[in-house]
Amino acid sequence: MRFQLIGVNHNSAPLEVRERLAIPESRLPDACRDLSAYPGIEECMVISTCNRVEIVAHTTNGHADLRGFLHQHFHLKPEELDAHLYEFREKEAVRHLFRVASSLDSMVVGEAQILGQVKEAYATARAVGAVRGQLDQLFSRAFAVAKRVRSETAVGSSSVSIASVAVELAKKIFGTLEGKTVFIVGAGKMSELAARHLMAHGCASIFVANRTYDRAIGLAQKFNGQAIRFDDLYSTCDRADIVITSTGSPHAIFRREHGEQFLARRKNRPMFFIDIAVPRDVSPDMAKLDGIFTYDIDDLQQAVSSHVADRRKEAELAEAIITGEVERFEARLHTLDVVPTIVSLQDHLETIRQAEIDRVRGRMGQLTPEQEIAIEALTRGIINKVMHTPITTLKTAAKESEATTVVDVVRRLFNLHDKEKEAEPPAKKNEVGTRP
Amino acid sequence: MSLLWLRFALGCYFIGLVYAFVALTRTSDLFSRIALHAASLGMVFHFVSLAELFLSGQVVWASVHNGESLLAFLSMTFFMIIYAIYQTTSPGVVVFPVVFFLTFVAAVDQQPVLLTQFVSHKGWLIAHIILIFTGYAALVLSFGASLLYLLQERRLKAKKSTSLISFLPALEVIDQIGYRSLLLGFPFMTLGLITGSIVAITTYGRMDFLDPKILLSLLMWAVYMVMVFTRWNSGWRGRRAAFLATFAFVAALAAWAANYFSAIHRFAAS
Repeated sequence: MRFQLIGVNHNSAPLEVRERLAIPESRLPDACRDLSAYPGIEECMVISTCNRVEIVAHTTNGHADLRGFLHQHFHLKPEELDAHLYEFREKEAVRHLFRVASSLDSMVVGEAQILGQVKEAYATARAVGAVRGQLDQLFSRAFAVAKRVRSETAVGSSSVSIASVAVELAKKIFGTLEGKTVFIVGAGKMSELAARHLMAHGCASIFVANRTYDRAIGLAQKFNGQAIRFDDLYSTCDRADIVITSTGSPHAIFRREHGEQFLARRKNRPMFFIDIAVPRDVSPDMAKLDGIFTYDIDDLQQAVSSHVADRRKEAELAEAIITGEVERFEARLHTLDVVPTIVSLQDHLETIRQAEIDRVRGRMGQLTPEQEIAIEALTRGIINKVMHTPITTLKTAAKESEATTVVDVVRRLFNLHDKEKEAEPPAKKNEVGTRP
Repeated sequence: MSLLWLRFALGCYFIGLVYAFVALTRTSDLFSRIALHAASLGMVFHFVSLAELFLSGQVVWASVHNGESLLAFLSMTFFMIIYAIYQTTSPGVVVFPVVFFLTFVAAVDQQPVLLTQFVSHKGWLIAHIILIFTGYAALVLSFGASLLYLLQERRLKAKKSTSLISFLPALEVIDQIGYRSLLLGFPFMTLGLITGSIVAITTYGRMDFLDPKILLSLLMWAVYMVMVFTRWNSGWRGRRAAFLATFAFVAALAAWAANYFSAIHRFAAS
């Protein structure tokens, strides 16, 4: 196992550093090609998202100079970059990758996007031929682990952004959002984001009102919606099921009497007010009306933080899953490491056996079928008994760190190394090594 | 024999009853599936019990207990229809206890049949029973839905993100369940009362409007109509609707209880 991983993420590096390292999607294939041509790299892959830039590589000796590559590729001096870098090898690299894919290393733990991003990066690296046997195995395992974490823990189940919490609440009120109407009062970034989420979940139409009418028109155009003059706010508002309000008004613009009017005109169909303005746009006594639901920024924030706390609890479960998976992956890789040695040991002894039988047969003359069978059984029995201990030792050693030493000793004792090189073409060796 | 099947059904409904209490405190997918299967099995037994009763040749439908059994069965049917449409077992919280109670009373023992001896038009009587019970079952369901609506509304207003009663469907879905049961039940209830009046008039030759059964039935119908009207006209829901639904439900219970002391609408031996 000669995996190496180096990179920066939202914890280790400020945005200015991440910005300089970020690789746009279009240039990702080139970066992969450059990296695979770098000394000591056998296979490699680059992940670049807004929160992290990471290089994962399988190297010839486990000590490739990945830092050097970063300095060279991004034209950065070591003092600018090195303080922000983290680097993992072997088992730790595997663990880190599993955590990233399972979204445990994300800024928002449990967010679903990262897995897709890692998958894309993997596809890109594969397309340029930078990923083959070893990384292939590593990543397919990482995706399986991510899936396991997602299905066995609730780490990604609750919404943890204001916008998605708003959507969740709207669904609790209206069931489906299909065909619902959204009203944005006061064009702002946050209300735009919330509206975008709502529209993505099926809301049909949108109204926008703003003190500056032109801004209302601008925002309405983005959503194919309709701009409303601020003076017409109260006369049109009852047409909306969901109102997102974020004006800079010092006083509440929606008061109880407005709510009563809206409800009367809507025949008491419920209305959902998402008030992200500070000071609040919706007066607190609105919530006392049956059928009007108001959530202000604090309520939403509170929902978000209780969800975040839930996720943190689940993340502990997920970490335990990952620890188990790293062990399993390591054990499997090691077992694979010893497989070629076992195979060539068997081949080696079989060759000796055959040669000896041929030699004896020359001396003893014609053998009866019974004698043939007896000799066959005798020699095979001896070989199997002799081989039993070395093979068991190899298999046991595979699960521990001494695997390489034991493999070396066995190879040297039986003189397997040179033989294998002569006998097996390198392609076949690789194939044996990667068979699951 | 019919009583035995009914008791089997009662056993199954008991699981539903336990579910109703558990569902109020915590959510369990597994348990709601178990309750659903138990309720379906209960309905099979229940159906067999009713079919046997019908095939036995006597119209013992008009006994109080058999009436209760039929009402329980119709309520379960409504519950299952709602489950088929909305994939939610939450109305069970109200429906299961009501059904259990009705089946329990019906399964206690067999009652003598009296009324049918005097009735000259059995066809009208059967129509009356089926129509009015369908109306009752719909009423039970819309009552249940209005309680669940209140519960969900409180929950959303309390702004607790992790609440115990998260099994409830969305507010509008509950509202739709209630409204549709109401709309469906009203014509049945109305026709049931009309056929009942026909039976009364053909049997006794007149209507005694001061009889408690008739008074209470008319009251129940009036509340029912007010509910449909306020909902249709001004979309009443939430607290006011729940208040009306409770009132209608109590009126229905009272009208049912009147069977035990009404002079003209009595089944039991006096």
